[in-house]
Amino acid sequence: AYRTDEGLPWVLPVVKKVEQMIANDNSLNHEYLPILGLPEFRANASRIALGDDSPAIKEKRVGSVQSLGGTGALRIGAEFLRRWYNGNNNTATPVYVSTPTWENHNSVFMDAGFKDIRTYHYWDAAKRGLDLQGLLNDMEHAPEFSIFILHACAHNPTGTDPTPEQWKQIAGVMKRRNLFPFFDSAYQGFASGSLDKDAWAVRFFVSEGFELFCAQSFSKNFGLYNERVGNLTVVGKDADNVQRVLSQMEKIVRTTWSNPPSQGARIVATTLSSPQLFDEWYGNVKTMADRVLLMRSELRSRLEALGTPGTWNHITDQIGMFSFTGLTPKQVEYMVKEKHIYLMGSGRINMCGLTTKNLDYVAKSIHEAVTKIQ
Amino acid sequence: SSWWSHVEMGPPDPILGVTEAYKRDTNSKKMNLGVGAYRDDNGKPYVLNCVRKAEAMIASKKMDKEYLPIGGLADFTRASAELALGENSEALKSGRYVTVQGISGTGSLRIGANFLQRFFKASRDVYLPKPSWGNHTPIFRDAGMQLQAYRYYDPKTCSLDFSGAMDDISKIPEKSIILLHACAHNPTGVDPRQEQWKELAATVKKRNLLVYFDMAYQGFASGDINRDAWAVRYFIEQGINIVLSQSFAKNMGLYGERAGAFTVICSDADEAKRVESQLKILIRPMYSNPPVNGARIASMILNTPDLRKEWLVEVKGMADRIISMRTQLVSNLKKEGSSRNWQHITDQIGMFCFTGLKPEQVERLIKEFSVYMTKDGRISV
Repeated sequence: AYRTDEGLPWVLPVVKKVEQMIANDNSLNHEYLPILGLPEFRANASRIALGDDSPAIKEKRVGSVQSLGGTGALRIGAEFLRRWYNGNNNTATPVYVSTPTWENHNSVFMDAGFKDIRTYHYWDAAKRGLDLQGLLNDMEHAPEFSIFILHACAHNPTGTDPTPEQWKQIAGVMKRRNLFPFFDSAYQGFASGSLDKDAWAVRFFVSEGFELFCAQSFSKNFGLYNERVGNLTVVGKDADNVQRVLSQMEKIVRTTWSNPPSQGARIVATTLSSPQLFDEWYGNVKTMADRVLLMRSELRSRLEALGTPGTWNHITDQIGMFSFTGLTPKQVEYMVKEKHIYLMGSGRINMCGLTTKNLDYVAKSIHEAVTKIQ
Repeated sequence: SSWWSHVEMGPPDPILGVTEAYKRDTNSKKMNLGVGAYRDDNGKPYVLNCVRKAEAMIASKKMDKEYLPIGGLADFTRASAELALGENSEALKSGRYVTVQGISGTGSLRIGANFLQRFFKASRDVYLPKPSWGNHTPIFRDAGMQLQAYRYYDPKTCSLDFSGAMDDISKIPEKSIILLHACAHNPTGVDPRQEQWKELAATVKKRNLLVYFDMAYQGFASGDINRDAWAVRYFIEQGINIVLSQSFAKNMGLYGERAGAFTVICSDADEAKRVESQLKILIRPMYSNPPVNGARIASMILNTPDLRKEWLVEVKGMADRIISMRTQLVSNLKKEGSSRNWQHITDQIGMFCFTGLKPEQVERLIKEFSVYMTKDGRISV
């Protein structure tokens, strides 16, 4: 979760404002939402992902399912795919997740019934960047119709994203091999500070004519973590197909949670549908993204100034909440035990944990760990 | 071509379809008796005063929006368990239970269904009363269980077919799962009397069945939370380690906030801890952690003495209004000259009433009079 420079959680000012508006609106009650969710939320959420001028939206071939966070959106999508993709109830369809990936991806697809979950190359530890050749190779050799979970931006946990050129190559292979793109978009806006930039990959795939799913989370970019606000965007060939897909998604939702929680969806819908509130929100998002970007550049410059062995440009090349530092397990152990700096054994640090007050200490500690422990 | 060419159009939801048709109806006298939500005497949704107060209190505390634990808000789950089990419950005091927050009743039922599928190896069979809430069957089916039935409702008398139920239940294979509606049976409104519950408990114990209670109307049925939870508490006292799904949609009017809980009564606190760890493993790949808003409101109400008192009064108010509507409906039917026996309308309890009307009669009510209800003759009182 995001932290301020004081190391504290941050409820976005626009969220506070909108919550007050909702509280003061006596016309609102706590009645059930429709099964697929609040209509104004669904439409706005998908519009954010695909862009105001999205041809897919104009052609009415976009569907939306309000879900409980990004996880809920992934799960509904996974359940649908298991029932209806590549035949009926084809649990043997391979599902590919990146190496590494958010560990819950595996569980979501397993519990949805998929029996064959595989990995695709992603992180190149030696060069501390994307193993594009490994990734493309895996896609070339994946069975036709395999499902690929793609991180739309701010890859979790490495922070390493393909460039637009690399995305074009990925899309090319996926199209040729008939692979299904399932995007996980948990950080739109939060990664670069730009909604459009962070959605570039998803929109490119849409423009290439793919049918795809995109699981969206508003936990981070709206700071609405515990309200469980998510959306599954479905892009299909035409309106008729999308309509039938949604009718079946309704059945899946009905036995999972019946209908989604209203509070978070209301906050997001109200914000996104008002030009003024939208601008305020965008400003709040940029505040968060900019602070993280600043911490990245400050950490990198300190390490380079200290002359810490190795290259450190990956700290600023990477994007989003997390960074794969490249620290080895033993170096991580040193950080934890000797310096009381807590990070994952994989060397992943949460950039949000850095503040102007602890930057020096963290940089010095990394320097010590790298020079003392080989 | 599309990946989805072969995807069939899903059938419309039988209950929502009623509301859809009602909305399209232009008759100014139209009535929607299909809705599964409380309405006040003006036919409007009712936001409880204690809920408004709780919301104001919560707003003033300026809490953050950090993720809840996977198992939910602890103050909420603890209070939910206490509400269901009673503060003097031995199971509660000894800690031999686990309660996790669920997405209202449906989500709680589903967590339980998935848990049984994974850990209750003795049987795949879940026995539902005939009839039961329409969504029970697909929930258990999607969780990978099989559905069976026991006799429950007697359409001839519009009341409980107790001998039929006992006959069927006494023949259920040992170690099967039986689902019981704790109070205000949905859709019939027909509940066993306490003496009948005692016999059911004895039979269920003899057959060594796993008991799954669905309690969606505690307080809302009779107006008394302890009375409505009597069966649940009695079964536990008889040494039956039940599993339980609770909903706060109706009794707190928190429908769209999705406040619910799933409880497992265990042998001891250690077992409870192990069960809890497995429930979390089930929840995480479903939606990671539950929504805070409804749970905070319910927790504030249950844990703040003044609010709790006010809530008990309001929930009794809702229950009383429904009971008075039942009484008035029966007396008005008599006034209209109906000689039919409508006693079941006042014998039944809770939000719903199985009128006994036949499909053709229901259709006529809808088409000619714009009075909407589900085909089975169920009305929302």
